[in-house]
Amino acid sequence: MNHTANSKGFYGNFGGAFIPEMLFPNIDELKRVYLQTINEPSFQKELKVLLNDFVGRPSPLYYSRNLSEKHSANIYLKREDLNHTGAHKINNTLGQILLAKRLGKKRIIAETGAGQHGVATATVCALMNMECIVYMGKVDTERQMPNVERMKLLGATVVPVTSGSQTLKDATNEAIRDWINNPENTHYIIGSVVGPHPYPEIVTLFQAVISKEIKEQVKEKTGKEYPDYVIACVGGGSNAAGAFYHFIDTDVKLIAVEAAGLGLQSGKSAATTALGQPGILHGSKTLLMQTEDGQVVEPHSISAGLDYPGIGPLHAHLFETGKAKFLYVTDEEAINAGLELTRTEGIIPALESAHALSALNQLTFKKDDIVVINLSGRGDKDMLTYLEHYKNI
Amino acid sequence: MKNTNRIHNLFQTKKKNILSIFFTAGFPEISNTVAILKELQNSGVDIVEIGIPFSDPIADGPVIQQSNQRALENGMTLNLLFEQLKDIRKEIKIPILLMGYINPVYQMGIENFLKKCSDIGIDGVIIPDLPPEIYEEQYKTFFKQANIANVFLITPKTSSERITYLDSLSEGFIYLVSSSGTTGKDAQFHEKEYLRIRSMNLRNSLLIGFGISNYASFQKACHSADGAIVGSAFIKALQKERPIEQITPFINSLLKPQTVTG
Repeated sequence: MNHTANSKGFYGNFGGAFIPEMLFPNIDELKRVYLQTINEPSFQKELKVLLNDFVGRPSPLYYSRNLSEKHSANIYLKREDLNHTGAHKINNTLGQILLAKRLGKKRIIAETGAGQHGVATATVCALMNMECIVYMGKVDTERQMPNVERMKLLGATVVPVTSGSQTLKDATNEAIRDWINNPENTHYIIGSVVGPHPYPEIVTLFQAVISKEIKEQVKEKTGKEYPDYVIACVGGGSNAAGAFYHFIDTDVKLIAVEAAGLGLQSGKSAATTALGQPGILHGSKTLLMQTEDGQVVEPHSISAGLDYPGIGPLHAHLFETGKAKFLYVTDEEAINAGLELTRTEGIIPALESAHALSALNQLTFKKDDIVVINLSGRGDKDMLTYLEHYKNI
Repeated sequence: MKNTNRIHNLFQTKKKNILSIFFTAGFPEISNTVAILKELQNSGVDIVEIGIPFSDPIADGPVIQQSNQRALENGMTLNLLFEQLKDIRKEIKIPILLMGYINPVYQMGIENFLKKCSDIGIDGVIIPDLPPEIYEEQYKTFFKQANIANVFLITPKTSSERITYLDSLSEGFIYLVSSSGTTGKDAQFHEKEYLRIRSMNLRNSLLIGFGISNYASFQKACHSADGAIVGSAFIKALQKERPIEQITPFINSLLKPQTVTG
């Protein structure tokens, strides 16, 4: 099965580069150089050193005794939460800033929802001494104030976006507009496996280090070539793309977990594969939550990182072909799974990752199954939400 | 008689100073569409572009974004727009194009969309985020069958090779974006690049858009191309009280130098 984008940027029926002509020079430049640049030995070497010494890779693969007992299987957590800045996001921003440097760009723009990608971008900009502008929906700047302050402390300019619904999709629109208006000196570090080709592919390649390590670590710890399951949450889908990448052509069961919000039929959900139709947003054809008239619908999830009305085109393709199984977890189920991990393992997971954990309750395993859950981030940013819920139980 | 002849005829009979006006369907009020069209025709506009509102207009600046949002809040949909335009050819004789992002068109289905355009007498379509490669591969046949012109955008930064390609696919005219940017920013006139583009002797006429807002910028655009497109500045005029009454004075202000009145 073909899991890399074809020359036009399509994964099966999804992907492409649906961009206005004003963006063509930017995208064309990126398309021409990204593969060659990323594959250069000097690029790979610089990235590897930084991933090891700056990010702290490889991230551990941790055997969770308590979850294993409860679910009668061998359950491992891939500890992306232990990365510098607290999530998988830095794998991508580090790769992209090296790419931007080689393209001779001086100015970095990014969009962010919860602020995790914004912080990871501001971090690598500080490291590389680059100007950094982060677009963030005004609503999100208010509910994620600590991350706004972190970005500012790191030297980034945070621009509150007041258009549309003032959340992640509008922040993305605004970042794209900035790129249209500043085509020459600016690189856009997109935060997920979304956007026009070659972005979904670039972000997937930089996140693929996750599955590369999982494969090596599973072999080392269990002697087996492959795990039986890999489970990851999907908003846009960058941590899942990274965790799945090296297993797509194998028999490993890939489980993608979307946010059901208050429930699939509640009208307050972000479960794109359950509720979406094919459509075009932010430059690629994918599954999209939208009205019959083709207007994009504002999603809901308790986790800001899953609060996106589409999914990356690779995931739309994995869904359509049945290669990945998609499950849906509500706000409440996710919080409970997060609190459970906190109390049984001493790990407070990000609410995004808590969705992946909760999916364990929807699966039945064989006793010797090896199950890897990608713990994409830590829960520090979600303390207020956890505490509010905790007070009520 | 070909529908697209309205655009072709215009460029046959009028060689310069062509004025095309863009407005968003459903703005400021949902019922304004036909009244705006009539007033534009009466005030001497050559072409109109009706914007199909979209929730995520990435190529547009704040003025057109807000008009899109307001239009959607007013309840405008593509189906409703077609309903409003049903009998438009009884009164409006100038070329009409629909301009909008690909997703609402894709949801309606391209064949269905083009058939409705054709039935009503829409002459052309501008879809900025429909790339020419996809158009050529999947959409072109349908446009030809429905006899609807598809207008492509170029910018001063577009390479001559790509302009030749876009010119071969574009029908009606080519939309030359004044400078690479979103709508509503002041135009920066790239005279040297315009000269390069003019000297290519394209098969299509050229209209300059983005940032054309007054007599001076309209004249400047007409100096470098066959005419110009005005969008954001017109939407701003419609934001005022009694919007329909603003139209003729606004068009006059584009076409004639303004004298200071006491």
